[in-house]
Amino acid sequence: MARLRGTGIAAVNYPTGMNLGGDPSQALIHATTSGSFVVSLSATDLGQGLRTAIGQIAAETLGVEYDQIVIDTADTDTGPHDMGTYASRATHRVGNAVIAAATEARGDLLNVAALELDAAVDDLELDGHGNVTVKGAPARTAKLADVAANAQFKYGRMIAGRGSFMKPKSPVDPETGAMDPDSTEAHACTVAEVEVDTETGEVAVLSIRSAYEVGRQVNPALVQGQIVGGAWMGMSHALYETTAPYYPAVDHSPKDFSEYLMPGTLEMPEIECVVLEVPSSNGPYGVKGIGEMTANSPIPAIINAIYHATGVRIDDLPVTPEKILLGLEAKHRGLS
Amino acid sequence: MASTIVTFELGGREVEVMVKPMTTLQSVLRNQLGFTATKEGCRQGGCGSCTVLVNGEPMMSCLLPVEDVAGQRVTTLESITPAEGLHPLQRAFLDANAFQCGYCTPGMVMISKALLDHDPAPSDDDIRQALTGNICRCTGYRPIVRAVQAAAEAMSDDAGEQAR
Repeated sequence: MARLRGTGIAAVNYPTGMNLGGDPSQALIHATTSGSFVVSLSATDLGQGLRTAIGQIAAETLGVEYDQIVIDTADTDTGPHDMGTYASRATHRVGNAVIAAATEARGDLLNVAALELDAAVDDLELDGHGNVTVKGAPARTAKLADVAANAQFKYGRMIAGRGSFMKPKSPVDPETGAMDPDSTEAHACTVAEVEVDTETGEVAVLSIRSAYEVGRQVNPALVQGQIVGGAWMGMSHALYETTAPYYPAVDHSPKDFSEYLMPGTLEMPEIECVVLEVPSSNGPYGVKGIGEMTANSPIPAIINAIYHATGVRIDDLPVTPEKILLGLEAKHRGLS
Repeated sequence: MASTIVTFELGGREVEVMVKPMTTLQSVLRNQLGFTATKEGCRQGGCGSCTVLVNGEPMMSCLLPVEDVAGQRVTTLESITPAEGLHPLQRAFLDANAFQCGYCTPGMVMISKALLDHDPAPSDDDIRQALTGNICRCTGYRPIVRAVQAAAEAMSDDAGEQAR
Protein backbone atom coordinates (compact mmCIF):
# COMPACT_ATOMS: atom_id res chain seq x y z
CA MET A 1 0.00 0.00 0.00
CA ALA A 2 1.27 3.42 -0.90
CA ARG A 3 0.52 7.03 -1.52
CA LEU A 4 1.07 7.63 -5.20
CA ARG A 5 1.51 11.06 -6.71
CA GLY A 6 0.61 12.09 -10.24
CA THR A 7 0.30 15.15 -12.44
CA GLY A 8 -2.39 15.74 -15.08
CA ILE A 9 -3.06 18.40 -17.66
CA ALA A 10 -6.18 19.51 -19.50
CA ALA A 11 -7.21 22.47 -21.66
CA VAL A 12 -10.50 24.15 -22.54
CA ASN A 13 -11.75 26.43 -25.30
CA TYR A 14 -14.98 27.96 -24.05
CA PRO A 15 -17.63 29.78 -26.11
CA THR A 16 -19.11 33.07 -24.93
CA GLY A 17 -22.85 32.87 -25.54
CA MET A 18 -24.54 30.37 -27.81
CA ASN A 19 -26.61 30.34 -30.92
CA LEU A 20 -30.25 30.13 -29.87
CA GLY A 21 -31.65 31.82 -32.91
CA GLY A 22 -31.48 35.38 -31.74
CA ASP A 23 -30.09 36.00 -28.30
CA PRO A 24 -30.85 39.59 -27.28
CA SER A 25 -29.86 41.58 -24.22
CA GLN A 26 -31.40 45.00 -23.65
CA ALA A 27 -30.63 47.89 -21.31
CA LEU A 28 -32.29 51.17 -20.38
CA ILE A 29 -30.42 54.00 -18.66
CA HIS A 30 -31.87 57.17 -17.21
CA ALA A 31 -30.50 59.96 -15.05
CA THR A 32 -32.15 60.77 -11.73
CA THR A 33 -32.48 64.30 -10.38
CA SER A 34 -29.45 63.70 -8.16
CA GLY A 35 -27.19 62.97 -11.14
CA SER A 36 -26.91 59.23 -10.67
CA PHE A 37 -27.66 56.93 -13.58
CA VAL A 38 -30.01 53.98 -13.21
CA VAL A 39 -29.19 51.04 -15.47
CA SER A 40 -32.28 48.84 -15.79
CA LEU A 41 -31.66 45.23 -16.80
CA SER A 42 -33.33 41.86 -16.69
CA ALA A 43 -30.00 40.01 -16.67
CA THR A 44 -29.45 38.57 -13.22
CA ASP A 45 -26.42 38.68 -10.95
CA LEU A 46 -25.99 35.11 -9.69
CA GLY A 47 -23.36 36.24 -7.21
CA GLN A 48 -20.55 36.32 -9.74
CA GLY A 49 -20.42 40.13 -9.78
CA LEU A 50 -22.36 41.06 -12.94
CA ARG A 51 -23.73 44.20 -11.29
CA THR A 52 -20.20 45.36 -10.46
CA ALA A 53 -18.80 44.65 -13.93
CA ILE A 54 -21.78 46.24 -15.70
CA GLY A 55 -21.60 49.27 -13.39
CA GLN A 56 -17.96 49.73 -14.35
CA ILE A 57 -18.79 49.49 -18.08
CA ALA A 58 -21.66 51.99 -17.71
CA ALA A 59 -19.47 54.44 -15.76
CA GLU A 60 -16.67 54.15 -18.32
CA THR A 61 -18.99 54.85 -21.27
CA LEU A 62 -20.98 57.63 -19.57
CA GLY A 63 -17.82 59.28 -18.26
CA VAL A 64 -18.96 59.33 -14.63
CA GLU A 65 -17.81 57.83 -11.33
CA TYR A 66 -18.65 54.19 -10.60
CA ASP A 67 -20.61 55.17 -7.50
CA GLN A 68 -22.93 57.33 -9.62
CA ILE A 69 -24.28 54.14 -11.25
CA VAL A 70 -27.28 52.28 -9.85
CA ILE A 71 -27.86 48.81 -11.32
CA ASP A 72 -31.50 47.75 -11.21
CA THR A 73 -32.11 44.09 -12.02
CA ALA A 74 -35.28 44.01 -9.99
CA ASP A 75 -37.91 42.40 -12.16
CA THR A 76 -37.88 40.40 -15.40
CA ASP A 77 -41.62 41.10 -15.82
CA THR A 78 -41.15 44.84 -16.15
CA GLY A 79 -37.49 45.31 -17.13
CA PRO A 80 -36.08 45.44 -20.65
CA HIS A 81 -35.78 41.98 -22.17
CA ASP A 82 -32.81 39.69 -21.63
CA MET A 83 -32.32 36.05 -22.52
CA GLY A 84 -30.59 35.46 -19.19
CA THR A 85 -27.36 34.83 -17.36
CA TYR A 86 -26.04 31.61 -18.89
CA ALA A 87 -23.42 30.36 -21.36
CA SER A 88 -20.96 32.87 -19.83
CA ARG A 89 -22.73 35.50 -21.94
CA ALA A 90 -23.90 38.21 -19.54
CA THR A 91 -20.89 40.55 -19.28
CA HIS A 92 -20.38 40.30 -23.06
CA ARG A 93 -23.98 40.72 -24.24
CA VAL A 94 -25.30 43.00 -21.50
CA GLY A 95 -22.08 44.99 -21.59
CA ASN A 96 -22.57 45.70 -25.30
CA ALA A 97 -26.22 46.70 -24.69
CA VAL A 98 -25.16 48.99 -21.83
CA ILE A 99 -22.49 50.66 -23.96
CA ALA A 100 -25.17 51.43 -26.57
CA ALA A 101 -27.60 52.76 -23.94
CA ALA A 102 -24.90 54.76 -22.17
CA THR A 103 -23.72 56.29 -25.45
CA GLU A 104 -27.26 57.56 -26.14
CA ALA A 105 -27.69 58.85 -22.57
CA ARG A 106 -24.33 60.58 -22.74
CA GLY A 107 -25.55 62.35 -25.88
CA ASP A 108 -28.62 63.64 -24.01
CA LEU A 109 -26.44 64.68 -21.11
CA LEU A 110 -24.06 66.65 -23.30
CA ASN A 111 -26.96 68.36 -25.12
CA VAL A 112 -28.27 69.69 -21.81
CA ALA A 113 -24.78 70.56 -20.60
CA ALA A 114 -24.31 72.56 -23.83
CA LEU A 115 -27.36 74.66 -22.88
CA GLU A 116 -26.11 75.06 -19.32
CA LEU A 117 -22.60 76.12 -20.35
CA ASP A 118 -23.65 77.97 -23.52
CA ALA A 119 -21.23 75.91 -25.60
CA ALA A 120 -21.29 73.54 -28.56
CA VAL A 121 -21.64 69.86 -27.72
CA ASP A 122 -18.40 69.08 -29.54
CA ASP A 123 -16.55 71.48 -27.25
CA LEU A 124 -17.55 69.66 -24.06
CA GLU A 125 -15.63 66.99 -22.21
CA LEU A 126 -16.45 64.79 -19.22
CA ASP A 127 -13.70 64.35 -16.65
CA GLY A 128 -14.92 60.93 -15.48
CA HIS A 129 -15.41 62.32 -11.97
CA GLY A 130 -18.88 63.82 -12.30
CA ASN A 131 -18.03 67.13 -14.04
CA VAL A 132 -18.50 68.49 -17.55
CA THR A 133 -16.21 71.24 -18.80
CA VAL A 134 -15.76 73.34 -21.92
CA LYS A 135 -12.50 72.25 -23.55
CA GLY A 136 -9.77 74.78 -22.94
CA ALA A 137 -11.91 76.77 -20.50
CA PRO A 138 -11.62 75.06 -17.11
CA ALA A 139 -13.67 77.77 -15.41
CA ARG A 140 -16.70 76.92 -17.53
CA THR A 141 -17.66 73.74 -15.75
CA ALA A 142 -20.77 72.17 -14.27
CA LYS A 143 -21.47 69.23 -12.03
CA LEU A 144 -23.37 66.44 -13.78
CA ALA A 145 -25.70 66.26 -10.79
CA ASP A 146 -26.72 69.87 -11.47
CA VAL A 147 -27.00 69.23 -15.22
CA ALA A 148 -29.24 66.23 -14.56
CA ALA A 149 -31.46 68.15 -12.15
CA ASN A 150 -31.73 71.15 -14.49
CA ALA A 151 -32.52 68.86 -17.42
CA GLN A 152 -35.70 67.92 -15.65
CA PHE A 153 -36.69 71.04 -13.73
CA LYS A 154 -35.40 73.79 -16.04
CA TYR A 155 -35.54 72.30 -19.55
CA GLY A 156 -38.21 69.63 -19.14
CA ARG A 157 -35.94 67.00 -20.67
CA MET A 158 -35.12 63.41 -19.82
CA ILE A 159 -31.56 62.12 -19.99
CA ALA A 160 -31.93 58.53 -21.11
CA GLY A 161 -30.59 55.86 -23.42
CA ARG A 162 -31.70 52.58 -24.95
CA GLY A 163 -29.38 49.74 -25.87
CA SER A 164 -29.88 46.35 -27.43
CA PHE A 165 -27.35 43.75 -28.45
CA MET A 166 -28.15 40.59 -30.32
CA LYS A 167 -26.04 38.00 -32.01
CA PRO A 168 -28.20 36.96 -34.95
CA LYS A 169 -28.97 33.32 -35.57
CA SER A 170 -26.27 31.68 -37.61
CA PRO A 171 -27.55 29.26 -40.26
CA VAL A 172 -25.85 25.90 -40.61
CA ASP A 173 -24.30 25.16 -44.00
CA PRO A 174 -26.07 21.94 -45.03
CA GLU A 175 -23.00 20.75 -46.98
CA THR A 176 -20.25 21.37 -44.45
CA GLY A 177 -22.09 21.87 -41.15
CA ALA A 178 -20.20 25.14 -40.73
CA MET A 179 -21.83 27.77 -38.53
CA ASP A 180 -20.91 30.60 -36.18
CA PRO A 181 -22.47 29.53 -32.90
CA ASP A 182 -20.78 31.79 -30.37
CA SER A 183 -19.46 35.34 -30.12
CA THR A 184 -15.90 34.68 -29.02
CA GLU A 185 -13.94 32.04 -27.13
CA ALA A 186 -11.84 32.14 -23.99
CA HIS A 187 -9.10 29.59 -23.37
CA ALA A 188 -7.47 27.93 -20.40
CA CYS A 189 -5.06 25.19 -19.43
CA THR A 190 -4.90 23.50 -16.02
CA VAL A 191 -2.25 21.34 -14.35
CA ALA A 192 -3.39 19.34 -11.32
CA GLU A 193 -1.32 17.34 -8.84
CA VAL A 194 -2.92 14.55 -6.81
CA GLU A 195 -1.95 11.99 -4.21
CA VAL A 196 -3.83 8.68 -4.26
CA ASP A 197 -3.94 6.45 -1.19
CA THR A 198 -3.96 2.91 -2.61
CA GLU A 199 -5.19 1.46 0.68
CA THR A 200 -8.28 3.66 1.12
CA GLY A 201 -8.78 4.78 -2.48
CA GLU A 202 -8.93 8.40 -1.35
CA VAL A 203 -7.66 11.14 -3.64
CA ALA A 204 -6.15 14.33 -2.24
CA VAL A 205 -5.74 17.20 -4.69
CA LEU A 206 -2.46 18.93 -3.88
CA SER A 207 -2.57 21.79 -6.36
CA ILE A 208 -4.55 23.23 -9.26
CA ARG A 209 -2.59 25.66 -11.42
CA SER A 210 -4.12 27.32 -14.44
CA ALA A 211 -3.45 29.84 -17.17
CA TYR A 212 -6.45 31.72 -18.59
CA GLU A 213 -6.87 33.88 -21.68
CA VAL A 214 -10.11 35.76 -21.06
CA GLY A 215 -10.02 38.88 -23.21
CA ARG A 216 -10.02 42.23 -21.43
CA GLN A 217 -10.62 41.97 -17.68
CA VAL A 218 -13.26 44.44 -16.53
CA ASN A 219 -12.52 43.57 -12.91
CA PRO A 220 -9.39 41.49 -12.22
CA ALA A 221 -10.43 40.67 -8.62
CA LEU A 222 -13.72 39.20 -9.86
CA VAL A 223 -11.89 37.23 -12.58
CA GLN A 224 -9.51 35.84 -9.95
CA GLY A 225 -12.50 34.94 -7.76
CA GLN A 226 -14.17 33.08 -10.62
CA ILE A 227 -11.02 31.10 -11.37
CA VAL A 228 -10.23 30.11 -7.78
CA GLY A 229 -13.86 29.32 -6.93
CA GLY A 230 -14.28 27.46 -10.23
CA ALA A 231 -11.21 25.32 -9.53
CA TRP A 232 -12.83 24.27 -6.26
CA MET A 233 -16.10 23.49 -8.06
CA GLY A 234 -14.24 21.42 -10.66
CA MET A 235 -12.49 19.46 -7.92
CA SER A 236 -15.86 19.01 -6.24
CA HIS A 237 -17.41 17.62 -9.46
CA ALA A 238 -14.41 15.38 -10.06
CA LEU A 239 -14.29 13.75 -6.65
CA TYR A 240 -17.43 14.43 -4.59
CA GLU A 241 -20.68 15.72 -6.03
CA THR A 242 -23.58 13.51 -7.04
CA THR A 243 -27.26 13.30 -6.20
CA ALA A 244 -27.16 9.55 -6.92
CA PRO A 245 -26.15 7.08 -4.19
CA TYR A 246 -22.39 6.73 -3.74
CA TYR A 247 -22.81 3.00 -3.12
CA PRO A 248 -25.43 0.54 -4.38
CA ALA A 249 -28.17 1.10 -1.80
CA VAL A 250 -30.32 4.18 -2.24
CA ASP A 251 -29.90 4.79 1.52
CA HIS A 252 -26.47 6.15 0.69
CA SER A 253 -27.78 9.01 -1.44
CA PRO A 254 -27.82 12.49 0.06
CA LYS A 255 -31.21 13.38 1.58
CA ASP A 256 -30.65 17.13 1.61
CA PHE A 257 -27.99 19.78 1.15
CA SER A 258 -26.45 19.03 4.53
CA GLU A 259 -25.63 15.49 3.36
CA TYR A 260 -24.64 16.50 -0.17
CA LEU A 261 -20.92 15.94 -0.27
CA MET A 262 -18.50 18.72 -1.23
CA PRO A 263 -14.89 19.41 -0.32
CA GLY A 264 -14.45 21.81 2.59
CA THR A 265 -11.64 23.90 3.98
CA LEU A 266 -9.57 20.86 4.97
CA GLU A 267 -9.52 19.45 1.43
CA MET A 268 -8.52 22.65 -0.33
CA PRO A 269 -5.46 22.40 -2.57
CA GLU A 270 -3.07 25.14 -3.57
CA ILE A 271 -4.81 27.12 -6.31
CA GLU A 272 -2.83 29.44 -8.55
CA CYS A 273 -3.60 31.17 -11.82
CA VAL A 274 -2.18 33.57 -14.33
CA VAL A 275 -4.40 35.61 -16.62
CA LEU A 276 -3.53 36.70 -20.15
CA GLU A 277 -5.55 39.42 -21.84
CA VAL A 278 -6.19 39.19 -25.59
CA PRO A 279 -9.19 41.50 -26.15
CA SER A 280 -12.03 40.10 -28.25
CA SER A 281 -13.15 42.02 -31.32
CA ASN A 282 -16.85 42.11 -30.41
CA GLY A 283 -17.06 42.23 -26.61
CA PRO A 284 -17.52 45.42 -24.57
CA TYR A 285 -14.00 46.87 -24.28
CA GLY A 286 -12.72 43.47 -25.51
CA VAL A 287 -14.44 41.25 -22.94
CA LYS A 288 -14.80 37.48 -23.26
CA GLY A 289 -16.91 35.33 -20.99
CA ILE A 290 -15.33 33.72 -17.94
CA GLY A 291 -17.65 31.76 -15.72
CA GLU A 292 -18.61 28.21 -16.49
CA MET A 293 -15.25 27.40 -18.04
CA THR A 294 -13.43 27.74 -14.72
CA ALA A 295 -14.96 24.49 -13.45
CA ASN A 296 -14.16 22.61 -16.68
CA SER A 297 -10.45 21.97 -17.16
CA PRO A 298 -9.76 21.10 -13.48
CA ILE A 299 -11.92 17.96 -13.86
CA PRO A 300 -10.03 16.16 -16.65
CA ALA A 301 -6.74 17.47 -15.22
CA ILE A 302 -7.52 15.70 -11.94
CA ILE A 303 -8.67 12.53 -13.74
CA ASN A 304 -5.46 12.54 -15.82
CA ALA A 305 -3.39 13.03 -12.66
CA ILE A 306 -5.09 10.01 -11.08
CA TYR A 307 -4.24 8.00 -14.19
CA HIS A 308 -0.66 9.24 -14.04
CA ALA A 309 -0.40 8.24 -10.38
CA THR A 310 -2.08 4.83 -10.54
CA GLY A 311 -2.52 3.72 -14.14
CA VAL A 312 -6.27 3.56 -13.45
CA ARG A 313 -8.36 5.32 -16.11
CA ILE A 314 -11.72 6.44 -14.70
CA ASP A 315 -14.46 7.86 -16.93
CA ASP A 316 -17.38 8.04 -14.52
CA LEU A 317 -17.75 10.96 -12.07
CA PRO A 318 -17.38 11.44 -9.21
CA VAL A 319 -14.23 9.42 -8.58
CA THR A 320 -15.18 7.68 -5.34
CA PRO A 321 -12.61 5.71 -3.32
CA GLU A 322 -14.48 2.57 -4.39
CA LYS A 323 -13.85 3.29 -8.08
CA ILE A 324 -10.14 3.76 -7.39
CA LEU A 325 -9.91 0.49 -5.42
CA LEU A 326 -11.89 -1.47 -8.04
CA GLY A 327 -9.66 -0.02 -10.75
CA LEU A 328 -6.49 -0.92 -8.83
CA GLU A 329 -7.80 -4.44 -8.25
CA ALA A 330 -8.68 -4.90 -11.93
CA LYS A 331 -5.23 -3.65 -12.90
CA HIS A 332 -3.61 -5.99 -10.37
CA ARG A 333 -5.46 -8.96 -11.86
CA GLY A 334 -4.44 -7.90 -15.32
CA LEU A 335 -8.01 -7.13 -16.33
CA SER A 336 -7.24 -3.71 -17.69
CA MET B 1 -49.30 26.69 23.34
CA ALA B 2 -49.33 30.25 24.55
CA SER B 3 -46.67 32.75 23.57
CA THR B 4 -44.10 33.78 26.12
CA ILE B 5 -41.97 36.87 26.52
CA VAL B 6 -38.22 36.30 26.21
CA THR B 7 -35.61 38.87 27.14
CA PHE B 8 -31.97 38.73 26.07
CA GLU B 9 -29.04 41.01 25.34
CA LEU B 10 -28.40 41.81 21.68
CA GLY B 11 -25.37 43.88 20.76
CA GLY B 12 -25.22 45.42 24.21
CA ARG B 13 -28.92 46.31 24.43
CA GLU B 14 -31.69 44.43 26.13
CA VAL B 15 -34.41 43.23 23.77
CA GLU B 16 -37.77 41.69 24.57
CA VAL B 17 -39.74 39.53 22.15
CA MET B 18 -43.02 37.64 22.32
CA VAL B 19 -42.66 34.20 20.72
CA LYS B 20 -44.43 30.92 20.23
CA PRO B 21 -42.59 27.98 21.82
CA MET B 22 -39.61 26.66 19.82
CA THR B 23 -39.26 29.81 17.72
CA THR B 24 -35.60 29.92 16.70
CA LEU B 25 -33.22 32.74 17.57
CA GLN B 26 -32.51 33.07 13.85
CA SER B 27 -36.18 33.64 13.05
CA VAL B 28 -36.50 36.19 15.87
CA LEU B 29 -33.41 38.07 14.71
CA ARG B 30 -34.54 38.33 11.10
CA ASN B 31 -38.31 38.43 11.28
CA GLN B 32 -39.09 40.15 14.57
CA LEU B 33 -36.08 42.37 15.17
CA GLY B 34 -35.03 43.13 11.58
CA PHE B 35 -31.43 41.98 12.16
CA THR B 36 -31.04 40.49 8.67
CA ALA B 37 -27.26 39.99 8.57
CA THR B 38 -27.81 36.54 10.08
CA LYS B 39 -28.75 34.35 7.13
CA GLU B 40 -31.11 31.43 6.75
CA GLY B 41 -29.43 28.75 4.65
CA CYS B 42 -30.41 25.15 5.41
CA ARG B 43 -32.40 25.50 8.65
CA GLN B 44 -30.85 22.26 9.87
CA GLY B 45 -27.46 23.29 11.20
CA GLY B 46 -25.64 22.13 8.07
CA CYS B 47 -24.31 25.32 6.48
CA GLY B 48 -23.28 27.79 9.19
CA SER B 49 -24.77 30.86 7.47
CA CYS B 50 -26.83 31.56 10.63
CA THR B 51 -23.81 31.57 12.99
CA VAL B 52 -24.05 34.05 15.89
CA LEU B 53 -22.22 34.26 19.21
CA VAL B 54 -24.00 33.45 22.47
CA ASN B 55 -21.93 34.57 25.44
CA GLY B 56 -19.02 34.68 23.00
CA GLU B 57 -19.43 31.09 21.78
CA PRO B 58 -20.45 30.36 18.17
CA MET B 59 -23.91 28.85 17.78
CA MET B 60 -26.10 27.92 14.82
CA SER B 61 -29.04 30.23 15.50
CA CYS B 62 -31.33 28.18 13.21
CA LEU B 63 -31.23 25.32 15.73
CA LEU B 64 -31.51 27.44 18.86
CA PRO B 65 -34.93 28.05 20.46
CA VAL B 66 -34.91 31.67 21.54
CA GLU B 67 -36.08 30.66 25.02
CA ASP B 68 -32.63 29.08 25.42
CA VAL B 69 -30.91 32.47 25.14
CA ALA B 70 -33.12 34.16 27.75
CA GLY B 71 -30.87 36.38 29.83
CA GLN B 72 -27.86 35.55 27.63
CA ARG B 73 -25.62 37.79 25.53
CA VAL B 74 -26.16 37.47 21.75
CA THR B 75 -23.71 38.97 19.23
CA THR B 76 -24.50 39.22 15.52
CA LEU B 77 -22.63 40.76 12.60
CA GLU B 78 -24.55 43.99 13.24
CA SER B 79 -23.24 44.00 16.81
CA ILE B 80 -19.57 43.96 15.77
CA THR B 81 -19.91 46.45 12.90
CA PRO B 82 -18.71 49.86 14.11
CA ALA B 83 -20.88 52.93 13.52
CA GLU B 84 -18.11 54.23 11.25
CA GLY B 85 -15.94 51.96 9.13
CA LEU B 86 -15.57 48.21 9.39
CA HIS B 87 -14.48 45.56 11.87
CA PRO B 88 -10.96 44.29 11.00
CA LEU B 89 -12.49 40.98 9.86
CA GLN B 90 -14.91 42.79 7.56
CA ARG B 91 -12.04 44.90 6.19
CA ALA B 92 -9.93 41.77 5.61
CA PHE B 93 -12.79 39.94 3.84
CA LEU B 94 -13.27 42.98 1.60
CA ASP B 95 -9.55 43.34 0.84
CA ALA B 96 -9.17 39.60 0.08
CA ASN B 97 -12.36 39.52 -2.03
CA ALA B 98 -13.38 36.64 0.24
CA PHE B 99 -16.90 36.34 -1.13
CA GLN B 100 -18.86 36.30 -4.35
CA CYS B 101 -22.59 36.08 -3.64
CA GLY B 102 -21.94 36.96 0.01
CA TYR B 103 -24.57 34.69 1.51
CA CYS B 104 -22.12 32.77 3.73
CA THR B 105 -20.15 35.88 4.70
CA PRO B 106 -21.94 36.93 7.92
CA GLY B 107 -21.60 33.39 9.29
CA MET B 108 -17.98 33.19 8.14
CA VAL B 109 -17.15 36.49 9.86
CA MET B 110 -18.85 35.41 13.11
CA ILE B 111 -17.18 31.99 13.26
CA SER B 112 -13.86 33.72 12.51
CA LYS B 113 -14.47 36.25 15.29
CA ALA B 114 -15.09 33.38 17.71
CA LEU B 115 -11.80 31.81 16.59
CA LEU B 116 -9.75 35.01 16.94
CA ASP B 117 -11.32 35.83 20.33
CA HIS B 118 -10.18 32.40 21.47
CA ASP B 119 -6.84 32.34 19.63
CA PRO B 120 -5.50 35.66 18.32
CA ALA B 121 -2.72 33.97 16.28
CA PRO B 122 -4.20 30.83 14.68
CA SER B 123 -2.23 28.70 12.24
CA ASP B 124 -3.49 28.04 8.72
CA ASP B 125 -4.69 24.64 9.92
CA ASP B 126 -6.46 26.16 12.96
CA ILE B 127 -8.39 28.47 10.65
CA ARG B 128 -9.35 25.64 8.29
CA GLN B 129 -10.52 23.54 11.25
CA ALA B 130 -12.58 26.41 12.65
CA LEU B 131 -14.37 26.96 9.33
CA THR B 132 -15.33 23.34 8.64
CA GLY B 133 -18.95 23.87 9.71
CA ASN B 134 -19.47 26.84 7.39
CA ILE B 135 -20.18 26.18 3.73
CA CYS B 136 -19.22 28.48 0.86
CA ARG B 137 -20.30 27.59 -2.67
CA CYS B 138 -18.47 30.37 -4.51
CA THR B 139 -14.97 31.18 -3.35
CA GLY B 140 -13.21 27.86 -2.95
CA TYR B 141 -12.48 28.89 0.67
CA ARG B 142 -8.88 29.98 0.07
CA PRO B 143 -9.69 33.72 -0.04
CA ILE B 144 -11.64 33.30 3.22
CA VAL B 145 -8.77 31.55 5.00
CA ARG B 146 -6.42 34.28 3.74
CA ALA B 147 -8.79 36.98 5.00
CA VAL B 148 -8.89 35.46 8.50
CA GLN B 149 -5.07 35.31 8.55
CA ALA B 150 -4.87 38.95 7.46
CA ALA B 151 -7.42 40.01 10.09
CA ALA B 152 -5.48 38.19 12.82
CA GLU B 153 -2.32 40.05 11.79
CA ALA B 154 -4.11 43.41 11.59
CA MET B 155 -5.75 42.95 15.01
CA SER B 156 -2.45 41.87 16.53
CA ASP B 157 -0.76 44.99 15.08
CA ASP B 158 -3.56 47.17 16.50
CA ALA B 159 -3.24 45.52 19.91
CA GLY B 160 0.54 46.06 19.80
CA GLU B 161 0.09 49.75 19.03
CA GLN B 162 -2.42 50.17 21.83
CA ALA B 163 -0.02 48.46 24.27
CA ARG B 164 2.73 50.93 23.32
